Amino acid sequence: MATLHELTRQGALHVSDVKRHKGLRAHVLLLPAYLWLGLFFLFPLLIVVYYSFTERTPLGDSIPVFTLEHYARLWDPLYARILWRSLWLAVATTLITILLAYPFAYALARTPKRWKNLLLLLSVIPFWTNFLIRTYAWMVILRSNGLLNTALMSLGVIEYPLSLLYTPGAVLLGLVYGFLPFMILPIYVAIERLEPSLLEASADLGAKPWQTFLRVTLPLTAPGIAAGVLLVFVPALGMFVIPDLMGGAKVSLIGNLIQNQFLGARNWQFGSAASVVLMALVIVGLRLYKRFFKMEGVF
Amino acid sequence: MTVRRSGIRVAAGAYMALIFLFLYLPIGVLVAYSFNASRLQAVWTGFTLDWYRELFDDFAIWAATSNSLVVGVVSAVVSTVIGTMAAFALHRYSFRGKGAFEAFLQLPIVIPEIVMGVALLAFYVLIEMPLGLHTVTIAHIAFNISFVTVVVRARLYSFDFTLEEAAMDLGANRWQTFFRITLPLIAPGVAAGFLIALTLSLDDFIIAFFTAGAGSTTLPMQVYSMMRFGVTPKVNALSTLILLVVVTIAAVAQFIVQGRNGKQVPEEE
Repeated sequence: MATLHELTRQGALHVSDVKRHKGLRAHVLLLPAYLWLGLFFLFPLLIVVYYSFTERTPLGDSIPVFTLEHYARLWDPLYARILWRSLWLAVATTLITILLAYPFAYALARTPKRWKNLLLLLSVIPFWTNFLIRTYAWMVILRSNGLLNTALMSLGVIEYPLSLLYTPGAVLLGLVYGFLPFMILPIYVAIERLEPSLLEASADLGAKPWQTFLRVTLPLTAPGIAAGVLLVFVPALGMFVIPDLMGGAKVSLIGNLIQNQFLGARNWQFGSAASVVLMALVIVGLRLYKRFFKMEGVF
Repeated sequence: MTVRRSGIRVAAGAYMALIFLFLYLPIGVLVAYSFNASRLQAVWTGFTLDWYRELFDDFAIWAATSNSLVVGVVSAVVSTVIGTMAAFALHRYSFRGKGAFEAFLQLPIVIPEIVMGVALLAFYVLIEMPLGLHTVTIAHIAFNISFVTVVVRARLYSFDFTLEEAAMDLGANRWQTFFRITLPLIAPGVAAGFLIALTLSLDDFIIAFFTAGAGSTTLPMQVYSMMRFGVTPKVNALSTLILLVVVTIAAVAQFIVQGRNGKQVPEEE
């Protein structure tokens, strides 16, 4: 398999060497993608960057005068708290999903073959299920006259319904629930690829199980964790649906701030500044991350 | 030793069961309540299909479903064509600025969806384009191009380009070679790209939320506005139906993948 792969790649290399002067053809094939992404992706982003640095008229229009006031406003304690909350919730979500997913993925990878496909399918289904529906499922359980409160009251544990929904805890629960499948799959793939003979070798050479885990298993499966972190941390940072549905107005994150500035308060300049900061956090984070893990090709 | 092993196995099984319970219990509750006769309470008062009947009579949901399908199919077709062309160019040719373009191509995947949503909204307002289904479709094509390119390109690694040369040596022209050799061989990769694009489009709420006009609600937008209104058995019923479709598709996809692997194993050995 590997040799065939190598040969194909060499073949491709050979073809491309011969046809190097046909770079023009490559650009013709890429032209629709250039145009579409240039016009409907890059240009809109540049508009947002532009708005974030321009002064706002009382009517909400941008006038081409450079200002940093929208960025300065993000340091206002009211908004700084939202940024800080987004950051720690995203970090907490990432750490909790790693802790929950790793042992699960490990056990899944070691499951006897006849069960494995079924269990794998069961792990993949939530991955494909709409975020809105998965968030709503928790609303059904946590709302004031929901399943949990009704059960606790009928058991006599509590007299009045607890306000479980619209709290930071509910948002964290929603985030962990929403993103757990995104952490399980890449870690599972990494553990599945792990060569069992390496673990046997480690044991034969006298390592205790925990030593083997820390010094062989964990380093070799780190790329899986790294890929999972990308799939969880980045979208959790910009998450808008879960805090909106499970946090209400009380627990808003950067995503809710941006949405509110664009659709509610209609201060596009300030909303743009928040968008640029979010984008910068993601891109700088990814760069550092790639350097740290020396990853290539994963986004 | 064996006692300890089996102990570990039991612990591992119990832990897996707990995680599956965490993943599926909320969904199970959601599905169960779609059949509960009581509209307001969490107490079970009897089995009913009323909420499903109400759902089928709801014109807005049918309209939203058809909007989603139109946007999904159109955006998947266009982005599959554009993305496949780009994947070909990136796989086959080396040219100046290739690395920069590849990095650029990954941006729509990593940029938070909400930023892409507000940016497109700002763009449409600036060029004074009225919002409608076309604006959602344009936006979905934009983010789908990147995903299709990545998926198709991954499949191109196993494509043997010497077959093209052989066809041309035997007298086929460029078009004949493409349609009779290249396309049939890369078809599974292109189909995978199309399915990913279709799924992402049908699933998208955030970008549609910012780029759809008043009369062009997609299904996820409809679901969201019903959920914001509160927990009702009708939303449970709608969610259950969507889940059913997703589970069926996932199971069929898994079945196809397994079937194909089963066939390939003896060939390789």
